[in-house]
Amino acid sequence: MKALCWVGTNKLSVERIPDPEILNPHDAIVRVGLSSVCGSDLHLLDGYVPTMREGDVIGHEFMGEVVEVGPALKKMKRGDRVVVGSVVACGGCWFCDTGQYSLCDNGNAHAAVAEKALGYPPAGIFGYSHAFGGYSGSHAQYIRVPFAETGSFIIPDGVRDESALFCSDAFPTGFMAADMCGIEPGDIVAVWGAGGVGQMAMQSAYLLGASRVIAIDRFPERLALARQHARAETLNYEEVDVLEALKEMTGGRGPDRCIDAVGMEAHTPGAEHYYDLVKQQLRIETDRPAVLRQAIMACRKGGTLSIVGVYGGLIDKFPMGVAMNKGLTFRMGQMHAQKYIPRLLDYVQAGAVDPAYMLTHRWPLERGPEGYDMFKHKTDKCVRVAFQP
Amino acid sequence: MAATKRSSRAATSAGYHPRTPATGTSHVNVGPAERVVSALAGAALAYAGAQRKSKAGGVALAALGTSLALRGATGVCPVNGLFGRNSATRQPAPIEIKETFTVYRDLSQVYGYWRRFENLPTFMEHLESVEELDERRSHWVARIPGGLGTVAWDSEITRDEPNRLIAYQSLPGSQVDQSGEVRFRQAEGNKGTELQVVLHYRAPLGKLGKGVAKLLNPALAELIRSDIRRFKMMMETGEVPTIEGQPSGRGHDQG
Repeated sequence: MKALCWVGTNKLSVERIPDPEILNPHDAIVRVGLSSVCGSDLHLLDGYVPTMREGDVIGHEFMGEVVEVGPALKKMKRGDRVVVGSVVACGGCWFCDTGQYSLCDNGNAHAAVAEKALGYPPAGIFGYSHAFGGYSGSHAQYIRVPFAETGSFIIPDGVRDESALFCSDAFPTGFMAADMCGIEPGDIVAVWGAGGVGQMAMQSAYLLGASRVIAIDRFPERLALARQHARAETLNYEEVDVLEALKEMTGGRGPDRCIDAVGMEAHTPGAEHYYDLVKQQLRIETDRPAVLRQAIMACRKGGTLSIVGVYGGLIDKFPMGVAMNKGLTFRMGQMHAQKYIPRLLDYVQAGAVDPAYMLTHRWPLERGPEGYDMFKHKTDKCVRVAFQP
Repeated sequence: MAATKRSSRAATSAGYHPRTPATGTSHVNVGPAERVVSALAGAALAYAGAQRKSKAGGVALAALGTSLALRGATGVCPVNGLFGRNSATRQPAPIEIKETFTVYRDLSQVYGYWRRFENLPTFMEHLESVEELDERRSHWVARIPGGLGTVAWDSEITRDEPNRLIAYQSLPGSQVDQSGEVRFRQAEGNKGTELQVVLHYRAPLGKLGKGVAKLLNPALAELIRSDIRRFKMMMETGEVPTIEGQPSGRGHDQG
């Protein structure tokens, strides 16, 4: 089959590789219908996530059709049209049983490797380095899905492929970001990053009762989508002083809840950006935490910071004194796909949210390297490229 | 890694049987326990070497690993020969490996599965088989990593307290000198069963022996830890997650 492989830092290549086979009793094989790029892939491409190996198939946000089911699966059958969560979780451990799927004890095929790096191993993630299990990703014609009945969800009739696709990762991540905020009626929610996850976080904040949502980004087309689809007020950080503007927009209090949907490769105007970039290039710090710093400064006293942008390692100049003395609450984590997907498919089926607008480019897999290049540099007003293998 | 040094009190409470004289041929100069430790650690090192990115370092590790594995398989150590050292007839000090996991299953289920020693090879990769001879005695066969054959020994249960503790040790005169103690306890807050496994192996005597044991313990502990992790995975999911055999740009993955 054809697959998009990582072959080195910022190098991707479309290769012919063997078809996947059932390896474990709870496996299924899915013929990939649509497979989306994700901002978190850029950290892999840029070489900031260790334990990538040459030849790894990337991609973790996908939907498709079941073509083969393992002997231990009871409900799943060939022909099922499914969306699959990007997180590989077993469904049988204490973490899964309490809805914390991304912390699953058994979903990671390389638990010992992850344990060395993190102390305790998190769940696996498709196509997301060997620290997260080393599972082959979804930018391929077929994919093996371990613990398939835990991670796959039948797409309701009437829901289009492109609407279901983002229920795999972007929507649950954005929804969990809003969920972790603990939104109360009257809350103003500020969201840094108006990409796929940010867009979904904004819509989810309204679903969970926010009064107002403010989006912060620098790309006019993304801010326009936030206004148009997510009813957000928008700030372009290249045009205004974000801290001043947020203060003004919130009666001098600051936003009640702040969501970081950017993560470790944040961009900021001015000297701070170059400070972090240089430290990152020299590997003195691994992550550029500009959004995190700004959100800590911006947040209302006693407010909540919800972090779903991916961080990989160490940061510095973290204003802990501000966070402590303002009494902030921090919530963060990889998202619990399996917990949220059924609820999100209901929203999509009911027409409350249709994430399909984020799919700006629908390309064949052969254009994978070009697609990532466009996505990374945000040319051609690209929000998300999905490959149709 | 939870491998910790032991206190001398705990060492005596586990009840080690005295070593019987070795009966091997004249050129065997590596004791049985040391052979198993050598073989296991050798295989681990060889594997680590093969995984290494730096070629020279990898080859060196793999070479060291392979020679250790061979030493384990044959019982002949050229270094021992050179120094006139013979650990086959000496009384080694025990080394301890201790690993702890919580298994999200009922106490009786976790104890029950472990108590049937015949189940052990389903998650202990180096074990080929365990046959229960009667209520207390069992026959164990382990593979020496790298396809270098097998070792076998008989083991006896010394304590069995249902849902609490299983202790066992190899019988005097066995090819392998090993004892194990497995403790079970209900975890607070409905989180399942806490499982602690403590294994003892004989290590060689003397300063050199202590050094070797120190060196080998982490590799061995890692093997045991992955065995117990597989037990947890089998109990909680019925399978052990793997990528061995999946396709990638490298062909089929080896795991």
